[in-house]
Amino acid sequence: MLTVQGVTRAFDGKPVLRSVDLEVERGEIMCLLGPSGCGKTTLLRIIAGLEQADSGNVLVDGQSILNTPVHQRGFGFMFQDFALFPHMDVEKNVAFGLKMRGESQVQERINEVLELVGMAGFERRDVTRLSGGERQRVALARSLAPNPCLLMLDEPLGSLDATLRERLALDLRAIIKRVNLTAIYVTHDQEEAFAIADRIAVMNAGVIEQIGAPETIYSRPRSVFVARFFGLNNIVPVVRRYAGQVETALGTFTVNDAANTILLHPLGIQLADGDTPDAILGQITERTFLGDAYRLEMRHHTGIKLTFRISARDSQIPVVGDSAAVMIAPEMIIPLADEGVGN
Amino acid sequence: MRWGRKNTGGSQTRPYRILLLIPLIFLALFFFYPLLTIFGISLAPEGQLNLSAFATVVMSDYYRETLWFTVVQAVLSTVLTLVLALPGAYVFARYDFPGKSLLSSLSTLAFVLPTVVVAAAFSALIGPRGVVNDALTAIFRLESPPIQLERTLVIILIVHVFYNYSVALRIIGGFWATQSLRMEEVARVLGASGWRLWWHIRLPILRPAILAAAVLVFIFTFTSFGVILILGGPRFATLEVEIYRQATSLFNLPVAAALSLVQIILMFALMLIYTRLQRQTATELQGWVARRPRNRREWGFVIANVIVMAILLFAPLLALVIRSLTGHDGLTTQFYQLLSSNPRGSVLFVPPVQAIGNSLIFAIVTTVMAVLLGTMAAYLLAQRQSRLSRWLDPVFMLPLATSAVTLGFGYIIALDEPPLNLRASPLLIPIAHTLVAMPFVVRSVLPALRAIAPGIQESASVLGASGWQIWRLIDLPLISRGLIVGATFAFTVSMGEFGASSFIARPDTPTMPLVIYRLLGQPGATNYGQAMAMSVLLMAVCAVSFVLIERLRSAGIGEF
Amino acid sequence: MSIYTTPTAIQRGGFYLGSSPWDVHILGGEDMLRRMAILAILLLMIAPVLAQDNVLTLVTHDSFNVSEDVLAQFQDETGITVQILRSGDAGTMLNQSILSKENPLGDVMFGVDNTFLSRALDNDLFVPYESPLLENVPDEFKLDPENRVTPIDFGDVCLNYDVSYFEENSLALPESLEELTDPTYKSLLVVENPATSSPGLAFLLATIQSFGTEGDTTYLNYWADLVDNDVLVVDDWSTAYYAEFSGSSGSEGTRPLVVSYASSPPVEVYFMEAPPESAPTGSIVADDMCFRQIEFAGVLANAQNPEAAQKFIDFMLDVPFQEDVPLQMFVYPVNTEAAIPEIFTEYSAIPEKSVTVDPAKIDANREEWIQAWTETVLR
Repeated sequence: MLTVQGVTRAFDGKPVLRSVDLEVERGEIMCLLGPSGCGKTTLLRIIAGLEQADSGNVLVDGQSILNTPVHQRGFGFMFQDFALFPHMDVEKNVAFGLKMRGESQVQERINEVLELVGMAGFERRDVTRLSGGERQRVALARSLAPNPCLLMLDEPLGSLDATLRERLALDLRAIIKRVNLTAIYVTHDQEEAFAIADRIAVMNAGVIEQIGAPETIYSRPRSVFVARFFGLNNIVPVVRRYAGQVETALGTFTVNDAANTILLHPLGIQLADGDTPDAILGQITERTFLGDAYRLEMRHHTGIKLTFRISARDSQIPVVGDSAAVMIAPEMIIPLADEGVGN
Repeated sequence: MRWGRKNTGGSQTRPYRILLLIPLIFLALFFFYPLLTIFGISLAPEGQLNLSAFATVVMSDYYRETLWFTVVQAVLSTVLTLVLALPGAYVFARYDFPGKSLLSSLSTLAFVLPTVVVAAAFSALIGPRGVVNDALTAIFRLESPPIQLERTLVIILIVHVFYNYSVALRIIGGFWATQSLRMEEVARVLGASGWRLWWHIRLPILRPAILAAAVLVFIFTFTSFGVILILGGPRFATLEVEIYRQATSLFNLPVAAALSLVQIILMFALMLIYTRLQRQTATELQGWVARRPRNRREWGFVIANVIVMAILLFAPLLALVIRSLTGHDGLTTQFYQLLSSNPRGSVLFVPPVQAIGNSLIFAIVTTVMAVLLGTMAAYLLAQRQSRLSRWLDPVFMLPLATSAVTLGFGYIIALDEPPLNLRASPLLIPIAHTLVAMPFVVRSVLPALRAIAPGIQESASVLGASGWQIWRLIDLPLISRGLIVGATFAFTVSMGEFGASSFIARPDTPTMPLVIYRLLGQPGATNYGQAMAMSVLLMAVCAVSFVLIERLRSAGIGEF
Repeated sequence: MSIYTTPTAIQRGGFYLGSSPWDVHILGGEDMLRRMAILAILLLMIAPVLAQDNVLTLVTHDSFNVSEDVLAQFQDETGITVQILRSGDAGTMLNQSILSKENPLGDVMFGVDNTFLSRALDNDLFVPYESPLLENVPDEFKLDPENRVTPIDFGDVCLNYDVSYFEENSLALPESLEELTDPTYKSLLVVENPATSSPGLAFLLATIQSFGTEGDTTYLNYWADLVDNDVLVVDDWSTAYYAEFSGSSGSEGTRPLVVSYASSPPVEVYFMEAPPESAPTGSIVADDMCFRQIEFAGVLANAQNPEAAQKFIDFMLDVPFQEDVPLQMFVYPVNTEAAIPEIFTEYSAIPEKSVTVDPAKIDANREEWIQAWTETVLR
């Protein structure tokens, strides 16, 4: 439905977006995930029409919208600080977009969307006196009311506290799915992205590093950046390469690629007996209780550290200082593209 | 994101950008061009720059003393005004009480009155034969009146406070009302109370607003003219008085120009400070709502402040009303009736209704022009991208620092060719008034504009509002409060302005202050009584207008 | 394609705005603005209306006044429309005219007095015109032999006194300037600052003429004595007369002697609330105690309509205008044919021997004299 083609943008000569391509399918929630300054908000604002692209194109159903002014694009946009109109009550905030578009069934639609976000009964409330969560719902209702073809959300949970965030992310997804909207969601928080997205585009330094379903991206990161961004730090440099095999300080692994670094994915690491062939030996340096699991950090004698989880139900949890051995599942040894693709 | 803000509003507002240059063109045409022309003629009479006037001014003890006195009285006036207005601002920001908004508009009334009238009012109140002295003499059986303040620094300071109280009240009270109470609550929990709460918490929080008010009051009192001349007497002279003296009586244009330049440069430096401080006071609204006083102590504090305001601001005005109704044989309305009679059949006689009409038309035109231009200027300054706007900001305030004589002479020589031959045009008055009124609009709209989060306009845009609709439905209601304050000041400035009007007013369109001065320029009880009556009418017209302007806001543009 | 906002939708949106109670207010505000804008435009349109054919522009100061019927007579007889421009006090008016002499504000100027005359003549502000009516004007008023300016009226700056104060205290009136330094009159006199007030300057000039500027005792010694005798100096006439002088009706002032005009007492009577049994104030017109101010008119150089300007000067010298002068501007006519109103003869007199100073000398020394006076009296 939405196509972004080679969009480039620089501020004061500093590139912020470098020829970004993106395709969003109808009914899909696409999440732009990345650290602050990666260009995700700028991309979102260019799609909305709030910024100009230096070059490239943005198309909706195959037609370029670059020359359509913001107010005629018919998108919805939810801002990080919600940007509710402080001089209007809840109902007037929600009604604004409808009136701008000359809708006739205003009252009906207001009731409908307020019901949808669970804010029915708040119509006459002053928006400056709402709690953070309530504001977020009003902002959502406001952007949903005119039935936008595309909803954009710029860190909409960023200003809320963590416990609220997780719940609201799920609520958001449920609501968006219920009205079958296409949405682009910008965040820097991976958990939020996992909770809400159908697909995630991980951005770094003005380029999209990887696009895919949350599961895929998490289990098969393509680059050092993506891996590190998800907290996957078991990254080991390759020392030498053979046909179909790479040699590292931790041993030789069978990988079908000629990468310079590999990730030993925590999902593929489990404790093993010390005499298991190919086991990697080391010493436990950190043990963190997570409730349902423990996160362990093991230090190899070369100084390389591996972290992984084991279930809290396991009978033998090593303590800090213990010697340990781990096995790596071969399919969880992932070749990574070099760090700093964007630099 | 940080970068995004620069392009706030997107492409659809671009056609309006050109509008923002209009106030600059206005300023260039009606301020800088005349001013530079008169400076040129004064300092380079034969095309040869001659700076000897500066040497005269700098070397002379006399001018140094004048500058010293100007600074000292301005500092004292400022401190006194702030000390008195601070508790008032607290009461206005914190509490809701009956008559509050009326009181706050009426406090602006002082601003409109010509100095001669204020002098008469104070003399009726605390003059040697004024009400207070009469009472004290009677009660304590004194030989001579105990309060003798004529032509002292004290009376200058009192009247400066009278004029500037409302300015400080509005700036500080307005800022205070947007500040969160939380800090204060924390401090209370930690055991601070009384003066410590003021000293450690309230004053530091208010610092930017207090400094901004201080700088503004300082600028007003530094350039004080009528108060010094009439109430201070000839022993006191500010730079402004000296400029007037040099320009009109002695026709020493080089020295007048040199003094004007000194004043403008000093004031520009202050305005630079002021405008920077105002940036800091532009915080986003916290939505702290005033409440009714809860207990006897709070009521006491409110009432005490209202009493201070009553004594300071309203007692002199009341004395004026009484004076206008008191004839030789007691109460009379004859002065009001006489206003509309023309016993001498003078061709230049103006019935009071017509003077009120003139003043109102000029004031309305001024208000419209000042609000339009000032709002555009505020938008120009709110685009905070460049270093230029930082310097531009104080430039819009410069007309406040320029003596009417200097600029008036500039008009005479600069605006003498078509299409700008405005010397005899009735438009010149609203133009001159707008120059002085515009800074007030800019100053009251700018903070409101800066407080609008950029996302608000953008979300309106995404929701389908065009540039014009965004302005009408979002910006306008959000800046309406500032617009109203600015409009009130613009209206007031125009209604009370005398200096520029006296140079350029055509005798068939005199304003109310001009009529008052004309009446006071002739001997005879009825002339004096009529002057008082006209002053009361001036106050009444302004008071009614304040209420109407206030209503325009609540019923018209805003939903705030 | 899901971009649904078409131009029609926008138009509908516009229509919608009008019918929503939410927006009606906004339109109301806009309507108000529109009305104000129309007002402003109307005001702009007034200006050209005044640009009629035979228009004479009179530049004058803010004390100028004339009766409606007298002026109408001139307009009827000559077909000339008179436009009056008042630009501040006499000094300001003159300075503005000098600054704009290449492209003057008007055709004829009225109101330059003998204290400013030299400045006007030295700056070539006027062109000569000899009115035939000058024959009815005594020579003492004709200060410019080239007739660049024509005398129109005169007045004397004299001391005014509070009649009842002097009666109640059985005090004799001062009969010379010297007597004012006598302890009898201690703390009784209020004068205006010559730097900011025209009568103030006139009074200073009277003392300068009487006591001189050279030798052992000068006017400055006299003023020092006045200061010792607690003279009060204020900046302008209004303050002196209304706030400090005890004789003006309803005044809260305490000083029974004030520097004002010989004509002030009749004017005071004229503007009383009710006709008095006797005048509350009087003027002291003893020899050498008053300074004579003569006001002149002149045709401005580079005038657009010099013929009309000449006619206007004739008109100002003619009897109807001259007889109108006392009650409009509280000064005396220079034309000997003109009758003086009864109220003036009853309550005042023209001093027999007033002080005059050569205008050239005034202009040359004004700043120095005022500066020296300021040093002596105010510091």
